[in-house]
Amino acid sequence: MTPTLQHYLFLSALLFSVGFAGAVLRRNAVLVLVGVELMLNAANLNFIAFWRYGPHPEALTGVMFAIFSIAIAAAEAAVGLALMIAIYRHRATIQVDQLQSLKG
Amino acid sequence: MLNDLSFYALAALAVAAAVAAMTLRQLIHCALCAAGAFAGLAGIYFQLGAEFVGAAQVLVYVGAVAILIIFAVLLTRGGDVQLSARRFSTHWLAGVAVSILVLGSLAVPIFKSPSLRALAPAGVSASVKNIGYELMSGCVVPLEATGLLLTAALLGSVVIAMSEKPAARPRRDVNTPRRPELEEATHP
Repeated sequence: MTPTLQHYLFLSALLFSVGFAGAVLRRNAVLVLVGVELMLNAANLNFIAFWRYGPHPEALTGVMFAIFSIAIAAAEAAVGLALMIAIYRHRATIQVDQLQSLKG
Repeated sequence: MLNDLSFYALAALAVAAAVAAMTLRQLIHCALCAAGAFAGLAGIYFQLGAEFVGAAQVLVYVGAVAILIIFAVLLTRGGDVQLSARRFSTHWLAGVAVSILVLGSLAVPIFKSPSLRALAPAGVSASVKNIGYELMSGCVVPLEATGLLLTAALLGSVVIAMSEKPAARPRRDVNTPRRPELEEATHP
């Protein structure tokens, strides 16, 4: 069966749900960030699929969105992982259910 | 025909690697499986005709972000995992229920909408030349803003992760008082 836009959107929904489940369920903060990255990737796949199947593929709007989204996700991952290293140095754990106080 | 088969193979790889990344016990295995999921998505971008985005995905996600995740796992001692420790939070049933609800509420409109069943127009491809023209004409302000954002993120992550005290050990107990002799030794 030739893949249509439906297939790509369903794949994106599947990846989004898996990433969401990981971000909600896992106790390790690094894996919470991996889940967020998976959700961002699912959104990028939507942009590319709608660009490919849309009525004006020559406009390149979806491709531009995906490129900027990748750049911003890289910045977000760098800052998030630096925060986790700082939290680990301060509290000696990054299990999210043990980080309960805002007071440093 | 080969194009169709490659879509299903890459989609299966991406979903399986994503599920493994979210469920495995060893954090290093999770990081490597996440890199596999990113690589599968890069293959799907290639299959859709967005070669530049696929190459950027390989460079940024499979290269940089995966290495960054592995560094974070190692620097937070995620590698020496206790086999008795729980992987998931205590309210995991509610989380699974909400995830299935999210998947259902996304999948039902996708499969019900008749306008999403059209086949793709043939011969569409985003050439690097056209992307370059678009980046330098219509998208030049966002491009500059992204450069600024990346510089700020670089400086910010260095400042956040920088050690305050060179000889500081991770404090096991937040209530232990600070040792004045250590303070004097590091801040003369």
